[in-house]
Amino acid sequence: MAERRFNPLPGFGLTLGFTVCYLSLVLALPLAALALRCLEISWGEFWKLAFNARALAAYRLTFGASFVAASINAIFGTLLAWVLARYEFPGRRFIDALVDFPFALPTAVAGLTLASLFSSEGWLGRWLVPRGIEGAYSVLGVVIALTFVGLPFSVRTLQPVLASLDRGVEEAAATLGAGRWRTVTQIIAPALAPAVLTGFTLSFARAIGEYGSIVFISGNVPFETEIAPMLIVMRLEAYDYTGAVALAVVLMIISFVLLASINGLERWARRFEET
Amino acid sequence: MNPLPIHQSGSTRPHVATQEHPLAQVLLIAVAMLFAAVFLLLPLLNVFSQAFSAGWRHYAREVTSPDTVAAIRLTLLVAVIAVPLNTVFGLLAAWTIARFEFRGKALILTLIDMPFAISPVVSGLMLVLLFGTQGVLGGWLQERGWKVVFAPPGMVLATMLVTLPFVARELIPAMQAQGSEQEQAALTLGASGWQTFWRVTLPSVKWGLLYGVILCNARAMGEFGAVSVVSGHITGETDTLPLRVDKLYHEFDPAAPFAVASLLTLLALVTLALKTWLEWREDRDLKRTLAPDEPIAGESRTIGGGEVPPA
Repeated sequence: MAERRFNPLPGFGLTLGFTVCYLSLVLALPLAALALRCLEISWGEFWKLAFNARALAAYRLTFGASFVAASINAIFGTLLAWVLARYEFPGRRFIDALVDFPFALPTAVAGLTLASLFSSEGWLGRWLVPRGIEGAYSVLGVVIALTFVGLPFSVRTLQPVLASLDRGVEEAAATLGAGRWRTVTQIIAPALAPAVLTGFTLSFARAIGEYGSIVFISGNVPFETEIAPMLIVMRLEAYDYTGAVALAVVLMIISFVLLASINGLERWARRFEET
Repeated sequence: MNPLPIHQSGSTRPHVATQEHPLAQVLLIAVAMLFAAVFLLLPLLNVFSQAFSAGWRHYAREVTSPDTVAAIRLTLLVAVIAVPLNTVFGLLAAWTIARFEFRGKALILTLIDMPFAISPVVSGLMLVLLFGTQGVLGGWLQERGWKVVFAPPGMVLATMLVTLPFVARELIPAMQAQGSEQEQAALTLGASGWQTFWRVTLPSVKWGLLYGVILCNARAMGEFGAVSVVSGHITGETDTLPLRVDKLYHEFDPAAPFAVASLLTLLALVTLALKTWLEWREDRDLKRTLAPDEPIAGESRTIGGGEVPPA
């Protein structure tokens, strides 16, 4: 607090005032409306609305598919980041730029094109569907769409860490007689682990809220391929606002826990930077 | 035990002990590229392939149909309002957070991050609960005949809510990294607050700012979940481009949604191109600051490929 007295920069009152007003109007007011509506619901009713069989099936799919998608991204995203950072090959820069494509592409288009790609007439579905792999209108489709939207988060979280790795440490390990496999698993992997975890969590958090792409690819069958955000929209369309609120609150609380854990992870990861 | 790496470094096979076996490299590249092809390249190419599957003429007709043009207009309108507002917010929020110490800073940072953690559908729901006919402000709005949700104003608000963090999130770390010494020097030398902001602060964070604006715009134009919840779904009136894609998807013509989607895909490609260009410029600026005497032309960007200079 003492620091503020010596700060000669102007505009503190104006900028803080604007920031607080804007945040209140755009974010806090709608949040308060949700909270108010939620407080009107009794515990028994809330329990019935938020944890009935259909809702539980939707949570299970949302979190299960998000977890699988984030895991796929943790493995293949890490591999992709590694290959892009360490090896020279034709098309490297093109693919590097394309990594952000899922981030830039509207999710509705993502769902549309992935569904068509994996449907029985699509470029990939033509081969996969006869072999029993249904990539569209199925649980697998949900996983595919969530992997797509989460991919940039894994790769981009990892790239700066890979770029800042001290190659001297690897050389030292090699000089001391470690084989490449040992250097990778015991020197490089621990240094990358925090970033992989952060990428995993970001990709997971992104997947939980995802709606646009899933609408197109999942088929939206209750109890089977219906994700939680989809169920919220169903309740809303039936003017069951109370039901929508109960689901939304559960989804939001879990998302906040995730956000808090991301911040915790980043703090934990930063401890290693100073060494 | 194995003295080979020492002898080999600097001779015919320089980095053999610090690199994977060539065969392993090829295998890793192949797997990574297969993954990138399935999840990046094919979805991209498929949009255009499907869009033109019924011929150029069909494509042109779909893209120029009155309902699509109305959707383009609404999409642009939403972005033109939401993006500048969030840019101003991002600038002011970054100034207050990066330049001052005050109580409640952590709370403001958490609030700014929050839209990332809220499902877009829930963001839309919150606006319906606030402005809808059953909502907190619903009765008050209805008395005055103002329609917010299920109409364009609600769609603008939903977009603002969802894209709130983008510019601020880019600018805060950029301004924190910059520090305030230059600004303090400018003020000491007699510059006014505005002059300092326009001539010192803004030029130093311009790449971060542009980056944030581009990402914010891409999301604003492409937002589906939040906007879908607060849209009235009236064709030609409250359909943005992503909503138009959804509507055409449920009709009989399989090429039509892809024709509209191709417009959004072009937007994504322009976003990617601008982003790549910005990163290249920022990189060049950074190199110029670090080594002002060295020529810039002909330098290639090496990610992790170069030796780390001794500290």
